[in-house]
Amino acid sequence: MIWINFKRIVKSGFINFWRNGLVSLASVLAIAVSLYVIGGLMVSSAFLNGVVAEVKNKVDISVSFKPETAVDDITAVKKSLSLLPDVKKVVYVSREDEYKSFRERHQDNALLLQSLDEVGNPFGARLNITAIDPNRYESIVYFLENDNQSLSVNRDIIDQVSFKRDIVSRLNKIIGIVKRIGLVASTVLICLAVFATFNTISLAIYTSREEVSVMRLVGAGNIYVKGPFLIEGIISGFLGTLVALFFLYPSVAWIKNVSYNAFGGVDLLSYLSGNFASIFLTLLVSGVGLGFMASYLAVRRYASL
Amino acid sequence: MIYFDKVTKAYGPENVALDSVSFVVEPGEMVTIVGHSGAGKTTLLRMILAEDRPTKGKVFFESQDIHSLNKYAIPKIRRRVGSVFQDYRLLPNKTAYENIAFAMEVAGRDEEEIKSDVPHVLDIVGLGDRLWHFPHELSGGERQRVAIARAIINRPDLLIADEPTGNLDPENAEEIIEIFKKINDLGTTIILTTHNPKVVEKTGHRIIKMENGKIISDEKRAKKV
Repeated sequence: MIWINFKRIVKSGFINFWRNGLVSLASVLAIAVSLYVIGGLMVSSAFLNGVVAEVKNKVDISVSFKPETAVDDITAVKKSLSLLPDVKKVVYVSREDEYKSFRERHQDNALLLQSLDEVGNPFGARLNITAIDPNRYESIVYFLENDNQSLSVNRDIIDQVSFKRDIVSRLNKIIGIVKRIGLVASTVLICLAVFATFNTISLAIYTSREEVSVMRLVGAGNIYVKGPFLIEGIISGFLGTLVALFFLYPSVAWIKNVSYNAFGGVDLLSYLSGNFASIFLTLLVSGVGLGFMASYLAVRRYASL
Repeated sequence: MIYFDKVTKAYGPENVALDSVSFVVEPGEMVTIVGHSGAGKTTLLRMILAEDRPTKGKVFFESQDIHSLNKYAIPKIRRRVGSVFQDYRLLPNKTAYENIAFAMEVAGRDEEEIKSDVPHVLDIVGLGDRLWHFPHELSGGERQRVAIARAIINRPDLLIADEPTGNLDPENAEEIIEIFKKINDLGTTIILTTHNPKVVEKTGHRIIKMENGKIISDEKRAKKV
């Protein structure tokens, strides 16, 4: 009997959902908007983390050598740097490369290029160092500036050690603020979306009060009256998830196109595709849970014995 | 079967719907309650369905005080009472077939019974060809027949009807009353309310007249054959 009752309630939920037409559509859209907000926040948080990683990757320590420094000395410094546990990568940029890239950067400035032709190549070679962890730059800088024992060559060959420490600390500060604002904004947005969903579903059940009283009159118990509403809520949640994903994809593709030019690197669309299963599951659980909870609270209020 | 014991229902000090009403309805009786609007007829029926609680007094269904039951026991009593209303009170999103099947489902009847009984009862009330019509696709008289079919499908011990002919033309009204009489002849106790003297004339049996929440007369007539 329990199985027969369950089948009847599920069937009734599906039929009611279909026949309620516009009211069901409103519930699906309300849930879809909530999930779209949640999904959007998930993707933008990934976007933010991606940007941070990208920028951190670009920050490095640059060691410029005096122009007359012998290549062997520079190679020796490179070797000792590579042995440091905090160093991820050391790239050697020759004097000629520096000169060439400077000319390329300033190809529109005829005056500058002319004076450069007169002076010759004033640049020294350079080593670009990337650390394993951006917070560990300090120790590498210390090594270059103060550690006499480990550095096998004369420190005088080093012209300048430039470390974009300001960028890192400023970046960390900005990220902290953005994350805090994001948390508050997303909490407010999610609350608003959830509230709107609850109201829409409540309204749908409120308009069925007359039906509920008729069901009660023919002797329907709680399960027969409330069950189909809960099934309707679950269906709305499921369809809302599909609608939200359907709209999330093109939005992300658009944002990707816009942001790629500005930030480069961070490919949101491949993030969405790569994490599709976990995003789909999160949205599905949220959507079905939201539909079920909203229906449950509304039937408790409007369809109780 | 039904016993009203000094039942009073007041919706405020100035608004007394029932004033110390007492009467007994025996099994198999057909009782017509007559009175103008506001006489207390509907309130009385609502008491039997436990839709409303008395301010004072008790209402018994057989030996059970209806209003002492907890909320989970009330659906069981309602499944033994068929009810018909002036405004039909059908489920708008369900077809004629589904409205009746729903009453059977909540009573725990199996699919085989539902498949055989629903078309049969709709045949009895003359709607054998309207199984899959929604209420809004049926006329007033047809809707009332669906409501009656729903009310009798579980073979209730008691059938109550609140102004069942109130929205119908005289021809349909007469047919509906005839259906009630047939149901009563088969042994179902019936309590119906009306303010229409022509309906009273047709129903015969026992007439209770009400005015301002009080019973002013209770007379039994011989059954018309």
